[in-house]
Amino acid sequence: MYRADTIAAISTPQGEGGIGIIRVSGQESLSILQRLFRSIPNGGFQSHRFYYGEILPPDSAAVLDEVMVVYMRSPRSFTREDVVEIQCHGGTIILQQILQLVLDCGARLADPGEFTRRAFLNGRIDLVQAESIIDLIRAKTEASLAMAHSQRDGSLSAKLHDVQGSLRQLLALIEAYVDFPDEDLGDQDNSLLRSTYDLAATKVRQLLAGYQEGKVLREGISVLIAGKPNVGKSSLLNALLKEKRAIVTSIPGTTRDLIEEVVNIRGLPLKLLDTAGICQSDDPVEQEGIRLARERIPSADLVLFLLDSSRPYDSDDAVVYEALQGRNFLLVLNKSDLPAAIDLPDSLISHQNVPVSTFSGDGLEGLKETIANLFLHGRLRDNRDLTLLSKARHRDALQRVEHALLSFSSALQVGVSSELLAIDIREALDAIGQITGETTTDDILDLIFGQFCIGK
Amino acid sequence: MILYDKGYDVIVVGAGHAGCEAALAAARMGCSTLLLSINLDAVALMSCNPAVGGQAKGHIVREIDALGGEMGKNIDATGIQFRVLNMRKGPAVRASRAQADKQLYRLRMKNVLEHQENLDLKQAEVTALHLQDGVAAGVDTRASVRYRGKTVVLTTGTFMRGLIHIGLVNYPGGRAGDLPSIGLSDQLKDLGFSVGRLKTGTPARLDGRTIDFSRLEPQFGDDPPRPFSFSTERIDRPQIPCYIAYTNERSHEIIRSGLDRSPLYAGIIEGIGPRYCPSIEDKVMRFPDKDRHQTFLEPEGADTVEYYPSGLSTSLPIDVQWAFYRSIEGLERVEIMRPAYAIEYDYVDPIQLHATLETKLIANLYHAGQINGTSGYEEAAGQGLMAGINAAMRCRGEEGIVLGRNEAYIGVMIDDLVTLGTREPYRMFTSRAEYRLLLREDNADLRLRDTGYRIGLVRDGDYSAFTQKKRLIAAEMERLAAQKLLLSEADSSFLQEFDLERMQNAISYEQLLRRPDITYEQLARLDSSCMELPDAVREQVEIQVKYKGYIDRQAEQVRRMSRMESARIPHSFDYLSMSGLTAEVREKLHRFRPDTLGQASRIPGITPAAIAVLSIALKVREEE
Repeated sequence: MYRADTIAAISTPQGEGGIGIIRVSGQESLSILQRLFRSIPNGGFQSHRFYYGEILPPDSAAVLDEVMVVYMRSPRSFTREDVVEIQCHGGTIILQQILQLVLDCGARLADPGEFTRRAFLNGRIDLVQAESIIDLIRAKTEASLAMAHSQRDGSLSAKLHDVQGSLRQLLALIEAYVDFPDEDLGDQDNSLLRSTYDLAATKVRQLLAGYQEGKVLREGISVLIAGKPNVGKSSLLNALLKEKRAIVTSIPGTTRDLIEEVVNIRGLPLKLLDTAGICQSDDPVEQEGIRLARERIPSADLVLFLLDSSRPYDSDDAVVYEALQGRNFLLVLNKSDLPAAIDLPDSLISHQNVPVSTFSGDGLEGLKETIANLFLHGRLRDNRDLTLLSKARHRDALQRVEHALLSFSSALQVGVSSELLAIDIREALDAIGQITGETTTDDILDLIFGQFCIGK
Repeated sequence: MILYDKGYDVIVVGAGHAGCEAALAAARMGCSTLLLSINLDAVALMSCNPAVGGQAKGHIVREIDALGGEMGKNIDATGIQFRVLNMRKGPAVRASRAQADKQLYRLRMKNVLEHQENLDLKQAEVTALHLQDGVAAGVDTRASVRYRGKTVVLTTGTFMRGLIHIGLVNYPGGRAGDLPSIGLSDQLKDLGFSVGRLKTGTPARLDGRTIDFSRLEPQFGDDPPRPFSFSTERIDRPQIPCYIAYTNERSHEIIRSGLDRSPLYAGIIEGIGPRYCPSIEDKVMRFPDKDRHQTFLEPEGADTVEYYPSGLSTSLPIDVQWAFYRSIEGLERVEIMRPAYAIEYDYVDPIQLHATLETKLIANLYHAGQINGTSGYEEAAGQGLMAGINAAMRCRGEEGIVLGRNEAYIGVMIDDLVTLGTREPYRMFTSRAEYRLLLREDNADLRLRDTGYRIGLVRDGDYSAFTQKKRLIAAEMERLAAQKLLLSEADSSFLQEFDLERMQNAISYEQLLRRPDITYEQLARLDSSCMELPDAVREQVEIQVKYKGYIDRQAEQVRRMSRMESARIPHSFDYLSMSGLTAEVREKLHRFRPDTLGQASRIPGITPAAIAVLSIALKVREEE
C-alpha cells in the first residue's frame, strides 16, 4: 500500500442535501468506526453490509446523528484500503462535527484528491484517470497558491509567519543550550521561554477563534433579521427559506420568540434568526421578545436591518438603528413593489442597502448575492470547494499547533529537559510548515548564531 | 607518466581523519587499498583543536565505532581528558568529548594503518585523477607516477589550492608547515564540478611555561573517564586538566585597533568561514556588548608544553596576536610557539554527490570530508568511513550503504549535504536531527552494529559481545514488564516514599521505573538482582523505559516518512517539462536533483502539494 495512515473527508458536495457521506480510508478506519458507533453488531461489522445506528463521541452519551454505515474491507474498496463510509443527515454542521470526531480519533484530513490518488497508487484506477487527477491537483495547487498570495498582506499567511517567527525564536532559545553546553551563554531564561510561548500561543488561539471561514464551517454564519414590528421580517425569513415557517400576519408583533433556520445561500450555511420587532412598547410579552432580540444582536455575524420603504422612517426605526450601533449590518428596504415613501436619515444614506419585495420576490437573489459577497469578499465564490478544503486543512494544521503548544506548556511547567521541550515546538513548526511549505533547521541555526556568541 | 604495476581496488587520496577511516574500512572489507598522503608524518594530524567529540560530534564517533571504524578506539587509547557534556539533560543530548595527546593520536593511527592487511601507505601529492571512459580509474602524482584503482576516494581537507593568511601576509600551504595540493581542483572544475572556496582558522599555540596557571580556573575531566568505543573497557592513561581564561575590554580594544590589517575585514579572504567557529575579531565585532569571551586552554599532549586556546582563532598580524594573547589574565608573559592563521581552500559542492558519496558526474569517484564543505574531524571521519565502505561495496559488486536520518547522525549529515549542498563549512548539531531522541550515543551500537557486522567491518568478538548485550536488554525488559509490585509483600518505607500506599492494583516494575522519581538504584531496593546486570544494559533499559512515550512518538514519525524515503527518483527525471508544479518548484527540483521523495521534501520551498504531484508523476512513470 502506498501510505499507511488513515485519512478522512466529507465526500458529498458542500451545502444542503438529504444525506451527506464521510469517507474514511486506511487501516484505522474500522477501529475508528467502532469507537464512534452504537450499537456495534454482534460478531462485528461484515464487509459491504449496511448498518443502522448512532454516532456519538467515545467519551459521551450525546448522540450526534442517526446514521447508516458501511465497512469495505481491503482490497474491495475504492482506495483498496479498508474504507468506512458514514451516511448521516445532510447539512454542513452535522457533517463537520462527525468529521471532527473521526479526526479526533486519529484520522488525518485527506488532502485534495487523496482518495483518488490512493486508488491510483494502489492500482485501483488506470493511468488516464491518474493523469486527470494530476490536472485536478494542479488546478487546486495553483488556485490555492494564488489565494495564499492574495492573502499575504495582513491576512492568514502574514499571521502564520508571525506565529512561525515566535516559534522559531522559542526553538532557538532552547536549542542554543542543548547544542552548546560548553559555551558561555549565561543561564537559560525560563521566563523568556514562557513569554515567547505566550506570544505564540495567543496568536494561534486568535487565529483559530477569529477564523471566519473556519467558523462558518463549524457553526454557520448567524444572520439576524431586525426591524420594527410589521416591516416583514418573518416574510423575509420565509422568502429566503422558500416556505412558510414563521407565523405571518399583518398584526404587528406576531413573532414573539426567536425563530432560527439554516439556509444554504451560495454554498454558505446561513443561520437565520427572525426576531420580535423592536419598538417602544408597554406590553410585557412584547417587551420580553424585544429584550431577546436586542440580546442576540451582538452575537450575530450580520444583521439585516429591515425597513419598510413604503412608509416614512420613524422613531421606532431609530430605536432599532440605535440598537445596531457598532454592529455589522446591511440595510434591507422591503416592499419595493409599493411606491417609495421612505426618507433615510443622513447617517444611513450612504450605508449599503438592498431593495427587496418579499411579496413579489424581487430583489431576493440580489440580497443573497450581497450576503454571500460580504462573507466571501467575492474572491472565493468560484472556488468554494477548494476554499473549504484548504481552509479545513489550515484549521487542521493550526489545531495541531495548538495541541503541541499545550503539551509544551505543561512540559515547561513540570521542568522537562530542553531536548524534550524542543520536540513539541518542532511539531508545531512542522504543522505550520504543512501550510507554508517551509522547513526549519537552518533558520534555527541562523537565529542561534545571530543571538548568541558561539564558537571555539 | 610511470605506471605502477600493482592495481588497487580502492585508492584513498589524503590521510586525515576521513582518509584514514576510508582506507581502513576498504582494506578491512577485503579490498586491496592504497592510501596516499602528501606527508606521512602528518597522518591523522589534528590540525586544529586537540580534541575529539563534543555535542553531536561525540554521537558521530560512537556511530563510527559501532560500524567498525577506528576513531573511537584511537581517542580512547590516546585521550588525556574525558568528559560527558550535558549530564543534566536527557540521554539523547549527552555527548562525549575528550582531549587528545595530539602526537600520540597521530602515531597510533599511523601504526594501525601500517599493520592493516591489504593496505599500502605511501607519500605522494596527487595532481590529477586518471579517468577511463569518463570513469575514475586511478590517480597521477607530482612525481609522475600513475596508480591504477577501480575506485578513488578524495579526502583533500584544506589542501586543494590552500592559501594561508597571517595578517596581510599570505602564502600557499595545505596547513602550516605543509605544501598545498595544486592541480587537482582545476581538473575537477574542468570535469564540470562546481568548485567553491571556504575559509577556516586556528588559534595560536601557546608555550605553557609562560602561562600563569595559578590565576586560571582548572577544568578536570570525569572520574572515571568514560570511553568512546563500545570495545574499550576502561581508560588508564593519566588525565590532565584544561584551564579557563577570559578576554577583557583591553583585549577587544587591541583586536579593534588591528582590524585595518585583518585579511578578513580588508576583503582579501574570499572564502566563507564557519559561523559557529568565528574568529575572535568576528566575535568582538558582532557582539560589541559582550565584555568578555571565554577560552579553554587545552593541553596538546602530556609530553609537550604547547597549549591550544579554544575560541581565539584569528587571522590578525603577528604583532596584534602578541598583544592580544598577552592582554588575557594569566597570559601576560605568554610566548606564541605557532601563530594563529586563517586558511582558504577549495571544496566541491556536495549537492553533486549521491547519498553513497559517489559523485554524480564521475562514476567510482567518492568525496569525503572537507572537500564536501564540512568541518570537524568527526564529520570527516564519518564521511570517510561511508565513502570507504561504499567504494568497497562497489568493488564487490554490491549495492551501496546509505544510513537513514532515523538511523545515524552520519545519515543526517550526508543527507543534508547531498540534498541541500552547502555554502559555508558544515558542522553537525543535534538540532539538525529531527529524530534526535532516537539517535543517542548510548544506543549507537543498537542502531548500527548489525550493519557493520553484515558488511564485514565489525570483528566477531565485538559482535558477540553486542549480541549478548542485546539479549540481556531484551530479557530485562521482559522481566520488568512481568514482575509486579504487590502491596502485601512490599517494603512499607518504599511505598510511603513513593506515595504508593493507596495503589489499587499491582503495579509492574516497568511502570515504576517509568516514573521520573524512581531510578534503577531505587528499584534495586525491591529486588537487588537487577544490579547484577552490566552498567550498559541497565542504562539502556532505563532509558528505553523512561523515555518510551517520546521515543514512540519519534518512531511513529519515522514510520510516516519511511515510504517517502524509499521512493526513488531516477537521476534523469525531467522536472522542467512536468505539469502541475509551479515554475519555482520545477526549477528547484531540477537544480537539486533529489535521489528520493524524502530528500525532495526537505528542499526549502517544496510544499506537500508539490510532493504529492511528484509522487504521482513517479508512479505514472513507473507504470509506463
